[in-house]
Amino acid sequence: MMTSLERRNALKGNELAWYERMLEIREFERRTNELFAAGLIRGTTHLCVGQEALDIGLATTLNPDDVLAATYRSHGVALAFGLSSHSVMAEIMGKATGCAGGVGGSMHMCDSTVGLLPTSAIIGGGMPIAVGAALAFQVQKKKNVGVALFGDAATNIGAFHESLNLAAIWKLPVIFVIDNNVYGEYTRIDLSTPIEDLHLRAASYAMPSIKVDGMDVYAVQASMQEAVDRARRGDGPTLVEAKTYRFSGHSRADQALYRPAGELEHWQKRDPILLTEQALIKKGILDQAKIEAMKTKIVNLVDSAITQAQADPEPSAKDMFSNVFKEMRK
Amino acid sequence: MTAMRFRQAIVTALSDEMESDERVILFGEDVAAAEGVFKTSEGLFDKFGPVRVRDTPISEMAFTGAAVGAAMMGMRPVIEIMFMEFLGVALDQLVTEGAKMHYLSKGEYTVPMVVRASCGAGLGFGTQHSQTLENWVAATPGLKVIEPSDAQSAYSLLRAAIQDENPVMFLESRILYAERGEVDTSLKMEIGKARVLQEGSDVTVVALGNMVNVARDAIADAKVSADLVDLATLVPWDRETVLNSVKKTGRLIVVEESPWSGGWGSEIISTATTEAFSALKCAPFRITAPDVPVPYNGTLEARYIPSAVHVSAALKAAVESNQVLKPWWITEGVSK
Ligand SMILES: Cc1ncc(C[n+]2csc(CCOP(=O)(O)OP(=O)(O)O)c2C)c(N)n1
Ligand SMILES: [Mg+2]
Repeated sequence: MMTSLERRNALKGNELAWYERMLEIREFERRTNELFAAGLIRGTTHLCVGQEALDIGLATTLNPDDVLAATYRSHGVALAFGLSSHSVMAEIMGKATGCAGGVGGSMHMCDSTVGLLPTSAIIGGGMPIAVGAALAFQVQKKKNVGVALFGDAATNIGAFHESLNLAAIWKLPVIFVIDNNVYGEYTRIDLSTPIEDLHLRAASYAMPSIKVDGMDVYAVQASMQEAVDRARRGDGPTLVEAKTYRFSGHSRADQALYRPAGELEHWQKRDPILLTEQALIKKGILDQAKIEAMKTKIVNLVDSAITQAQADPEPSAKDMFSNVFKEMRK
Repeated sequence: MTAMRFRQAIVTALSDEMESDERVILFGEDVAAAEGVFKTSEGLFDKFGPVRVRDTPISEMAFTGAAVGAAMMGMRPVIEIMFMEFLGVALDQLVTEGAKMHYLSKGEYTVPMVVRASCGAGLGFGTQHSQTLENWVAATPGLKVIEPSDAQSAYSLLRAAIQDENPVMFLESRILYAERGEVDTSLKMEIGKARVLQEGSDVTVVALGNMVNVARDAIADAKVSADLVDLATLVPWDRETVLNSVKKTGRLIVVEESPWSGGWGSEIISTATTEAFSALKCAPFRITAPDVPVPYNGTLEARYIPSAVHVSAALKAAVESNQVLKPWWITEGVSK
């Protein structure tokens, strides 16, 4: 078994590994959806199908000692950051072997070894925390960065504006990444927000901003690199808007029937996995045979992760009482 | 021992902690250049400089969350919420983010931060700047809650709070800022330990913050033999000290500045009733503020706050005849 850190480092400079991890996320979400529909997962899930390039783009430009405050749409980002399919699935199933020991569930992924802060199920919850992490790095004179990843609809909550302002005034090494997947729950962005290009909001805080094609892993990496470099140089925060699309419904059994006809199909032509595949084939490092082999490998990997998670023990009643407070040494 | 005001005890505790631990940083609105609207950071900006002592924009949500993030990355932030009410716009960051990080990370992340906030009535700040609001924060596992009653406990408990590995809400009775007291800076106090400020045999009086002083005056006035228990820490509160006292005296009165409904004292009474039932000679009861917003008018505000006169009368009735006096608003017929 590879550790989270090893799985994270395995992505370094390895384009085929990016592609393979994207396949893993896609397959993982497909199976999660199935398991949920079959009643084998309780509560809720928020799938990230269609948004894999953003997750991989973040994981490959940040270092494991940088930190990310992300959201309940957490499976893809956790897998990209290095957590195993088993660790994530076990958490979704509430098992003792899950990354949060089964007390977190689908919305709460965490792994300190790769800088994944506990993901927040509160809109706007992670932004001030990323700002605070960046404040610590600045005070400690470290070169690390804090990153907040959140949805388009989260740009309408107070935390967004307060956090951008504070980060700008203190010139903190923080990057705000909007995953603009066009919807906030069942509401299309144009019904909730008077502008389409959300990165424009950075202007109010005299903050540099970047708009990027979130379906293109290379473009995401380039934008993130620019923002990360700025932050590490000590030149302050950046607002990055990644244009993505949520291929699935918002959560649970949402069929997303509120979408205009043809919208999904339009975006599916720009499926991030397809785009990466084409790029790698063009570069001559991927072919049909390799694709098939990888897909088979991933299907088996995710399947055995699920089998293992299902067989894993439930947390004990004692586990519920662990880690409420950090015990103080007397 | 040094004589100092309550607010100076706060300044001294901050200064001593900042001196002994460079991870301690302080931020909030007007805490740096202006030294705090209640002068609770006097001299700290000059002494520790702009990296460690910072003014923030009026953004309680952002800077409370920034404290969470900084704490998770190895700092020990202390933030000031000028008036407890202002925590309302930032509550998510403390209660739903900060207090959950240790739990959700299997203990991998810790959040050693302190949120200081002034609270309470008596100074004419009006409805939106005079509540104590302990119940906003007292029902959050993962968050400790402290409320000192004098300069010594302000000093010792603030140092303990900063040294704690967990998020701590530190409530400061605003009316106490100018009060003087003797402070022994070498005296350590433990979070979760109540202080028995005076001992007696006939009744246990439990109070928090400025109500400790009201209770002390009332005990003197009523000339009863009472254990005066300054709870000092509300979460986790000292069951052992309170229950031992109640088992000894057989009577329990809790004095609270918060409104009648949903107050923290109900928790104390409930536990004592269950755990010390056979020792009770009289029904345990609470003396609280009425269920109204804090009124601005000086006479009304004074009536709002539990007074030594009322507490004294209630103490006498309990000790002399095991009687429970009804709240004044009922006996006077002004409310139900
Ligand atoms: C403060 C708060 N309000 C409402 C919700 C309920 N809620 C969960 S997800 C969501 C939509 C958020 O959309 P967006 O920010 O675009 O992120 P996405 O789900 O598309 O990734 C809402 C309203 C919440 N979790 N937190
Ligand atoms: Mg969205």
